[in-house]
Amino acid sequence: MSILLDISKIDMVFPTPKGDFTALKEVDLKIKKGEFISLIGHSGCGKSTVLNVVAGLLQATKGGVLLNNKEVTEPGPERAVVFQNHSLLPWLTAYQNVELAVKQVFNRKMSKAEMQDWIEHNLRLVHMDHAMHKRPDEISGGMKQRVGIARALAMQPEVLLMDEPFGALDALTRAHMQDSLMEIQDELNNTVIMITHDVDEAVLLSDRIVMMTNGPAATVGEILDVKLERPRDRLSLAQDAEYNRLRSAVLTFLYEKQRKVENIPAQSSSKKTGETGDLQKVDNTNDVDVA
Amino acid sequence: MTTLIRKMMTADSDSTLLVKSLQFLSQRAKAVVLPMVGIAVFLVIWSFAANSIDTSLGKFPGPKAVATQIGNLYHEHQSEREKEAAFYQRQEERNAKRIAKDPGYQPKIRAYTGKETFLDQIGTSLVTVMSGFILAAVIAIPLGIAVGLSKTLNTAINPIIQVFKPVSPLAWLPLVTMVVSAVYVSPEPMFAKSFINSMITVTLCCLWPMVINTSVGVAAINQDWVNVSRVLRLPSLVHVQKIVLPASIPAIFTGMRLSLGIAWMVLIAAEMLAQNPGLGKFVWDEFQNGSSQSLSRIMTAVIVIGFIGFLLDRAMLQLQRLVSWDKESANR
Repeated sequence: MSILLDISKIDMVFPTPKGDFTALKEVDLKIKKGEFISLIGHSGCGKSTVLNVVAGLLQATKGGVLLNNKEVTEPGPERAVVFQNHSLLPWLTAYQNVELAVKQVFNRKMSKAEMQDWIEHNLRLVHMDHAMHKRPDEISGGMKQRVGIARALAMQPEVLLMDEPFGALDALTRAHMQDSLMEIQDELNNTVIMITHDVDEAVLLSDRIVMMTNGPAATVGEILDVKLERPRDRLSLAQDAEYNRLRSAVLTFLYEKQRKVENIPAQSSSKKTGETGDLQKVDNTNDVDVA
Repeated sequence: MTTLIRKMMTADSDSTLLVKSLQFLSQRAKAVVLPMVGIAVFLVIWSFAANSIDTSLGKFPGPKAVATQIGNLYHEHQSEREKEAAFYQRQEERNAKRIAKDPGYQPKIRAYTGKETFLDQIGTSLVTVMSGFILAAVIAIPLGIAVGLSKTLNTAINPIIQVFKPVSPLAWLPLVTMVVSAVYVSPEPMFAKSFINSMITVTLCCLWPMVINTSVGVAAINQDWVNVSRVLRLPSLVHVQKIVLPASIPAIFTGMRLSLGIAWMVLIAAEMLAQNPGLGKFVWDEFQNGSSQSLSRIMTAVIVIGFIGFLLDRAMLQLQRLVSWDKESANR
């Protein structure tokens, strides 16, 4: 299959008062149509920056992103984003939140009745049709995220970008949402880039897992192909040898090859160890959700 | 034995229910009783203090004197209305007689020119404050949104706002008066000049808090919502209408409540200073009048002014609850 999205050697440099900070260095990734890609890495390594560059919310300092061989220069509905904290507009109901997107994207391409059908169809897809006239503050976190996904799907994007979509949810809700997402994916076969902290989530959902090295100057470390049969079932996969091999491959990358090194402020380290301002090697295990 | 225990248990649950309902009642009662106690204590202290203050116009008015004056002022209003009705009736009868004698006669209708009562003055003040306030909102909210959206505009305009904000609108009053009498000249003015003066003074003081609060609210919009708008490529006007305006409604209302409170205070002072009709003029007239009743009438006006200020704020709060999606911020 041909390449749909080409992230071509992007550098991202942020100017700071202390001088330039290089967040990304030569990130290079080619994504085919219908692929489900997970971006995994320790927090602060620049996963979100990659996603924001693809979304067009940030402009790469060097290199660029090509979608269907056209350069991405600004945000647009063909690269819909599901934000981490749902970012629904609190003054609109679930239906109206999706409607805002549909009206904008399908303006004059759909009749009023078609729009209504399309909005309701997308809310049904994420199992939110029963609460579509509720406002975000009247529904749970998982439900809000479902509406956020419905809004993104309703734009009929060429690439769906998800920034830790289930990061703020509890484990049970998260599992439920992952199952829902796989179901939707079976039906629509979207091209997806998803950022995650969760190793199991990455293996369960993805066709390829892109593991990023630590920042500054983060880049693509390794890419892991996930060739598990679909539809995938989390319970049977738990016993599956291939699944466990992939899972441990990701863990090995994160904990051995890319052990997180953090600079602890001089004050606290001198208190603990009596040394002043040295680099401390810290195993930041809380970052990655293994469970 | 078991029945006894059961009886005891039900009695027990009954009693907990009783205790709970008593607790609930006492909570409700507290909310009603405590303010009553506060008011009662205040009235007692007031009447004692009033009794021991002698002025050249007699004793300082206590609660009783104020209560009497409320009655008096209402009766005066009623009798004035009766006089007005009688005047128009007389005029009509007179004109009817003239026409009966001389069918070609064009009757002249003269307006009643009796003195304005306390209630009329309240009405005038309310109309003035609301007109000035609405005019200010019409200018300030769009300006605030523009300033909040554009850093350039903010940097350009901010010094001006910061300098004019602390100016007491009363300092503007002489200027406003002169400008209005020079500029607002028409043979048949739709509004009285005094009304325009008071209104513009109110507008000038309402403007700044509203501009500042609106612009701060707009500048502090959740970046995620802005990103949603960018991903959807909403045109600027739709962006303002669908995202910016609803998102900053709580901040806009904070500014509006703030400035309405200031406006009401300023209006009374402006009316006193410029002899513009309204509650302020009532107070000033009574002060100049210097009768034995003057002080108690002024005291009545003070209390009424306070009540109206309170009601205006409540009304804004109700409006905010009606309009705003953010029910939390409307509870304060």
